[in-house]
Amino acid sequence: MKDSAVSHRMESDPDFDFSRRERRLEAIRSQAFQTGHVDDVGIRPNGSPIPIASPEAGYYEIPMLKEPQWSWEIPVYFFVGGAAGAAAVVAQFAQMTGAKSEIVSDARTIAALGSILTPALLVSDLGVPSRFLNMLRVFKLQSPMSVGVYIVSAFGPATILAKAANYLQKNRSDGILKVFETTSGLFSALFGLGMATYTGVLIGSTAIPVWNENIDSLPIHFALSGLGAGVSALQLMGHEDSRSLNVLGIASSLGETMEGVKLESTFKPANEPLKQGASGVITRLGGVLSGPLPLTLRVAAAFADKKRSRQLVRAASVATIAGSFFTRLGWIRAGHVSAKDYRLPLQIESERHPELAIGSVQTGSAPVQFPESATR
Amino acid sequence: MSTVTGFLTDSTLCIGCKACEVACKEWNDLGADGLNWSGFSYDNTGALGHSTWRHVKFVEHPPELGHGGNSPELASWTFSSDVCKHCENAGCLEACPTGSIVRTEFGTVYVQPDICNGCSYCVVACPFGVIQRNKEDGRAFKCTFCYDRQRAGRTPACAHACPTESIKFGPLDELRAEAGRRIEDLHSKGMHDATLYDPVDTSVGGIHAFFITRGDPRQYNLPPQPEIPTIYAKQGWKSAALGAGMLAVGTFLAFLGGGKR
Repeated sequence: MKDSAVSHRMESDPDFDFSRRERRLEAIRSQAFQTGHVDDVGIRPNGSPIPIASPEAGYYEIPMLKEPQWSWEIPVYFFVGGAAGAAAVVAQFAQMTGAKSEIVSDARTIAALGSILTPALLVSDLGVPSRFLNMLRVFKLQSPMSVGVYIVSAFGPATILAKAANYLQKNRSDGILKVFETTSGLFSALFGLGMATYTGVLIGSTAIPVWNENIDSLPIHFALSGLGAGVSALQLMGHEDSRSLNVLGIASSLGETMEGVKLESTFKPANEPLKQGASGVITRLGGVLSGPLPLTLRVAAAFADKKRSRQLVRAASVATIAGSFFTRLGWIRAGHVSAKDYRLPLQIESERHPELAIGSVQTGSAPVQFPESATR
Repeated sequence: MSTVTGFLTDSTLCIGCKACEVACKEWNDLGADGLNWSGFSYDNTGALGHSTWRHVKFVEHPPELGHGGNSPELASWTFSSDVCKHCENAGCLEACPTGSIVRTEFGTVYVQPDICNGCSYCVVACPFGVIQRNKEDGRAFKCTFCYDRQRAGRTPACAHACPTESIKFGPLDELRAEAGRRIEDLHSKGMHDATLYDPVDTSVGGIHAFFITRGDPRQYNLPPQPEIPTIYAKQGWKSAALGAGMLAVGTFLAFLGGGKR
């Protein structure tokens, strides 16, 4: 009866796992059939009925680490913060080098909108708005979260002031307002640089293997991603022809392409979530959309006629913005997958400390062989 | 001046009764974890969490003589009551942006619930996967080392409830000395795989709740080389400075070269 049920299941379901434990049970069954008794000590196939805790499997393959518990607001925050931070930098240098005033004005707008949205997203993640203030009661240099909160808190006012001063100069030039805009814009750009990079440090200095092992490249990766998104948003506001912005667009997509090549050619267990499963698809989609695709489009635009060039730049900009968002989303998703992988904390320790590699740790006693009589 | 206190959890004495888990939940008024059947062992709790501050692990092995005292046909069992490690350098404490997580006068790591704002950065900063955010409440929770009981001069609830003195509570240095004696004793009795889990050589710098286990600590989900993640922050900030520099210089050059256009 049982046999027919199993074989029926095997036939109807090609994925049915007839792996080790089933083969083991089959071996025991045939042994019992042939000899009339079973010589083996107990039935302990892997996973069932009695699983084994071991150095390789940890504690029944239960993840050692806890999953990140951030809500959807955090990847969005990373994306918006990066773009706004980069836009603030663009606005300031554009102003200082005497670029077109529309570029300065629009860049300041993007930065200001982002600077309002980012704290809102953080507050929304915390659930209770007043809880945000708890982070302003101390400053801890050793905590990237604490440093980041002050960057966000300072970025907002500086950026909004710079935009306000910029707006008031719309129809008249005013020396004092200009000085005011330059000063607040300088702070806005300074904290903008922080906004574009600190999120890489934030997730890098955690116990999550995929983040932690990439801490050297994450801040640069995120800075390039933010620059791409900020510049692209600016170009979509009607600055497709700006040579400076096009150069920045090519630079960021080139950087992201290099980052992608580096990630794709690095093979280590911790990086698996960036390449496999849903998180891998999202990360790679983000990589293509912010790296090689816009790079190709932008290079093509440089050689096309004016009308076609604008279309290509617009397409590249849309791709870059989407790519920047998917990059952040992919990295966060990868962190979740990484935390749930029970093997990583066991493996990574052995990678950084070869002397602790699985199998090389002495448990202190040799496996005891049961005397023949004990097995009957 | 209060003395620095600690836990010595001796898994060779643990009988897996889960009295510590129950006592902890009772005293700290923690919620139930739900009636989940894990399906892989007699342990249906699985891991520490926001409402589980003591967790008895049921570590099962292939049969081995002198290991768990079972009949040879059955797997050997060791039990180990897991708890927040109260690290000497604590990842959660370093990462906490509100200052909610503090070091108490007993040397323990304590989350002040009225200050915690639920940013959940500590959750990803703990190399042992102990602290967790309660999604309904929004704040993070973990073992308090019965701060309230200790303040009143009492033993923590789990140690108080333990019927075999597998959980020992006392001044940290005394416990460390006792752990050393216990290991020697176990070795002399033939349990050569008995080891003390106390990662003093890592950035964690030792823990205030250490464990006597048998065999490789990894089968208890104890990382052999835990590191507090904030030690990597310096490296990260260097890279951030590089990224910021690239961003600033690149943008400046692009606009300098681009001129009015």
